[in-house]
Amino acid sequence: MRKNAVIQALLAAGLIASTPLASAAGNLVFCSEGSPAGFDPGLYTTGTDFDAAAETVFNRLSQFERGGTAVIPGLAEKWDISEDGLSYTFHLRPNVKFHTTEYFTPSRSFNADDVLFTFQRMLDKDHPFRKAYPSEFPYFTDMGMDANIAKIEKLDDMTVKFSLNQVDAAFIQNLAMSFASIQSAEYAGNLLKAGKAADINQKPIGTGPFVFSRYQKDAVIRFKGNKEYWQPDEVKLDNLIFAINTDASVRMQKLKAGECQVTLFPRPADLESLQEDPNLNMPEQAGFNVGYIAYNVQHKPFDQLEVRQALDMAVNKQGIIDAVYQSAGQLAVNGMPPTQWSYNDSIKDPAYDPEKAKALLKAAGIKEGTEITLWAMPVQRPYNPNAKLMAEMLQNDWAKVGIKAKIVTYEWGEYLKRAKAGEHDAMLIGWSGDNGDPDNWLGTLYGCDAVDGNNFSKWCDADYDKLVKAAKRVTDTAERTELYKQAQVILKREVPITPIAHSTVYQPMSKKVVDFKISPFALNSFYGVGVK
Amino acid sequence: MLAFIARRLGLLIPTFFGVTLLTFALIRMIPGDPVEVMMGERRVDPVLHAQAMERLGLNKPLYAQYFDYIGQLAQGNLGESLRTRTSVWSEFTTLFPATLELALAALLFAGSLGLIAGVVAALKRGSLFDHGVMGISLAGYSMPIFWWGLLLIMFFSVWLGWTPVSGRIDLLYDIPPVTGFMLIDTLLADEPGAFVDALHHLILPAIVLGTIPLAVIARMTRSAMLEVLREDYVRTARAKGLSPARVVFVHGLRNALIPVLTVFGLQVGALLAGAVLTETIFSWPGIGKWLIESIGARDYPVVQNGILLIACLVILVNFVVDILYGLANPRIRHQR
Repeated sequence: MRKNAVIQALLAAGLIASTPLASAAGNLVFCSEGSPAGFDPGLYTTGTDFDAAAETVFNRLSQFERGGTAVIPGLAEKWDISEDGLSYTFHLRPNVKFHTTEYFTPSRSFNADDVLFTFQRMLDKDHPFRKAYPSEFPYFTDMGMDANIAKIEKLDDMTVKFSLNQVDAAFIQNLAMSFASIQSAEYAGNLLKAGKAADINQKPIGTGPFVFSRYQKDAVIRFKGNKEYWQPDEVKLDNLIFAINTDASVRMQKLKAGECQVTLFPRPADLESLQEDPNLNMPEQAGFNVGYIAYNVQHKPFDQLEVRQALDMAVNKQGIIDAVYQSAGQLAVNGMPPTQWSYNDSIKDPAYDPEKAKALLKAAGIKEGTEITLWAMPVQRPYNPNAKLMAEMLQNDWAKVGIKAKIVTYEWGEYLKRAKAGEHDAMLIGWSGDNGDPDNWLGTLYGCDAVDGNNFSKWCDADYDKLVKAAKRVTDTAERTELYKQAQVILKREVPITPIAHSTVYQPMSKKVVDFKISPFALNSFYGVGVK
Repeated sequence: MLAFIARRLGLLIPTFFGVTLLTFALIRMIPGDPVEVMMGERRVDPVLHAQAMERLGLNKPLYAQYFDYIGQLAQGNLGESLRTRTSVWSEFTTLFPATLELALAALLFAGSLGLIAGVVAALKRGSLFDHGVMGISLAGYSMPIFWWGLLLIMFFSVWLGWTPVSGRIDLLYDIPPVTGFMLIDTLLADEPGAFVDALHHLILPAIVLGTIPLAVIARMTRSAMLEVLREDYVRTARAKGLSPARVVFVHGLRNALIPVLTVFGLQVGALLAGAVLTETIFSWPGIGKWLIESIGARDYPVVQNGILLIACLVILVNFVVDILYGLANPRIRHQR
C-alpha cells in the first residue's frame, strides 16, 4: 500500500513539468533497432549501420530511387558505358558541397579526387589511409568488386573512368549500394595529417541530406537537415533523431506513446494492435526476400531428385504462411521474389500432395522412418519470423510421408559456419535482396561459385550455372531476362530448394509522417520525408 | 590493521587473475568468431577472413592471445572494441554513469522504502501489515525482472500514460554529455524542464531494478529489528522510561542496521547483475546492454574487460566493506 502511494507521489511530481522545451515541428524521431558499429559504410554489412550513415550522411555515384530498385543518378549526373561493357565513364555532379561541421570545414566542392579516394582505399591494401587505419571492406569484396575493378582513372576534375576485368551487368546497381558511399578525400587527408584516421568511422563527413551532429552509444544519434543539399526539396526535416531501442515490443510501445514517429520490424503478434491504433499508419510492401528450405544434395538421400521432389510436395506451405508468418507473407514459388525483374511467372508450384510424395519416396527406395536432420535458425530474420515453429510444422508434414526429421539448432554464428561447411541434411535459411539485380539471388545463392559459401544446397548444375554466368556478362536487359527465366526453370526442376515465403514488410509510423517510402532493401531513408 | 589490509589485498590478486581467465575462456567457448558473425548469411571470403583475424590478433594460439591480453592489462590498456573500434575504456566511461545513476536511484528507492517497511513490520509483528509486507517482499524477490518491467511499462506507460516507455530523457532535449549523469547534466545545461523529464524517465527503471533489493532489505531489517528488540538493553531502555520512538530508532534501529548494511554492500553485485536486464527492457544506455550486445557480436575485448571492470568494482566495494568491518569490529580484525 505504502509502496503504491510513494510511486504515485513520485509520478505526480514528474507529471508537473514534462513537456520538452524544443519544438516538435520539423523533428522526426525514428525508433531504430540497434547501435551502429560505426559511420564508415564501407566497413559494414548490416542495415543498422547503413541506416545510420549511408542513408543519412552520404551519397553514392548512382542511387536507388526512393522505395524502389531502379537506379537513378546520384553524385554522377550521367555515365557512359563502352561498347564492350568493360569501361564506365562517370560525369560528376558539379557544385555538390561536403558537410560543414564542428570538426571539418570543406575548402572545395565534391570532385573526382573524392571518388578516387573512396575506391582506391577499398581496392589497394597499401593505400596510405588504409595503412593508418587498417580495415577490411567485406561488402565490396563479397560483391566481387575488388577482383573486377581493374583501374580507376581521373580524366578531369569532374570525370572518372572505371575499367573492369569482366563485364558485370550489375555494376551500376553495385555502385548504388551503401558500401560504395563517397567519402571526402580532403577530410580524409586532414585526418591522416592529424594522426586521427580512425575518426573517419566516428565523425562522418559526406554530401548527403543529413549532417551528423552527435552520437551517444546505445541511446541516440542526432542529425541536422543539410541546408546546402544538392536536392534542397528532399530535406524537409530540421532534426532527425535515431532513438536506439533493441527490443521490438518497447519500440512499438514508444511509437504508440508518441515518443517516436517511425519504427521498424514489428513482431507479427503486434500487427493487429498496431493496425487498430487510430494514430498510426502501417504501410506494407511485398518483401524483397525469400525464406526457403535448402536440401544438401551432397548428403544422402538428398542426392536423389525424387526425394527432393517428394519432400517439396509434402510441405503444406499455406499452413506455414498462416501460422509462422501470421498471413503476413506471400507463397514463394521461385528462388527470388516476384518483384525482382526477370522473375519467371510461368513457373507453377507443384500441388501439396502427400500421397504422391509417398509414392515418389517408395519409388526412390526410401524406407519409411528414414531419419534426416532439419536445421532451424535460432534467430528471427526478415524472411522467417519463427524458424523453430516452421521446422516443427515441416517435421509434422514430412512425418506424414514417412520421413523422420530431427530438428537441430545452433547458436546463430555456429549455425552459419556449420551450414557453410555442409553439415546439415536440410536447413531453413533465406535472403534479402542487396541491389535489385537477379544475379544477387540466382548467382549468389544457387550458383556453383557459391557452393563453399552461401549456396547451402551445395548444388552445382552445369547448365544452370552456364545460364546465370552468361546473364551476368551481357548488358542487354531483355537478353538477361530470357537467360534468368531459363535458369529459374532448371532451379524449379532440380529442386535444390523449396521456396516457402516472401514475408511482407510492415513499417509502422505515426499519421503525422508524410511521404515515407518502404525500401525493398530494408533500409530506412528520411530524405523527402516530412512531419505534419 | 595494516596486516589485515595486506591479507585482504593478497586475496585480491588470485581473484583478479581468476576473473581474467574465466572471462577470456568463457567468451571463446561460444562458437563463431567476430568476422563470421558480422557477415551473417553472406559469403565469408577466406582471404578477407584471414586478414581480419590477423588484424584483430585472433589468429594466434589461445595461450598467446591470453598473454597478450594480460600484457596489455599490465600496461593499463583495455584494448579496443572489435566491432566499433573505439577503446573499451572510453565506451565503459561513457556508459557506466548511466548504470550508476540507475543503480543509485534503485538503491535509494530500495533502501528508504525497505527500511521503513521492515521497521514497521517488526513493530507490528503478526499484524496484517506485517504479513502483507512479508508476502509482497517474497513476491518481489521471486519476480522475474523482465516480466515485471514489461508489466509496469504496460500499466504505467501505455495504459495510464504516466511515465515514458524507455530511455533516459525525451530526445527532443539535446543535452550535451558532461558528467554522463543525466540528472546532473540537465542542471549543468540549465534546463529545469529536462531535469524533471530525466527524473520522470528514471522512476520506472529504478523501481524495477530496486524491487529485489527492496524485498531483501525489508526482510532483513524486519528480522534484525525483531532480534534487537528482544535484547536486554532495549528492555532496559524501555524500563528507564525512554520514549518509544527513542527506543526504536536510537537503541533498536541503530543496532539492527549493522547486518542491514552488509546486505546493502552485497546488493551492489545484485544491482549490477539486475541492471543487465533492466537496461535491456528500458533501452537504458548503460553497461548491461553494452555487454549483452557485445556477447552477441563476439566482441572479445569488450566482454573480457567490461566484465573485468565490473568484477573489480564489486571486489573493491566488498574490500571497502571488509575494511570498514575491521575498523568497526576489532574481533573480525584479529580473527585471522
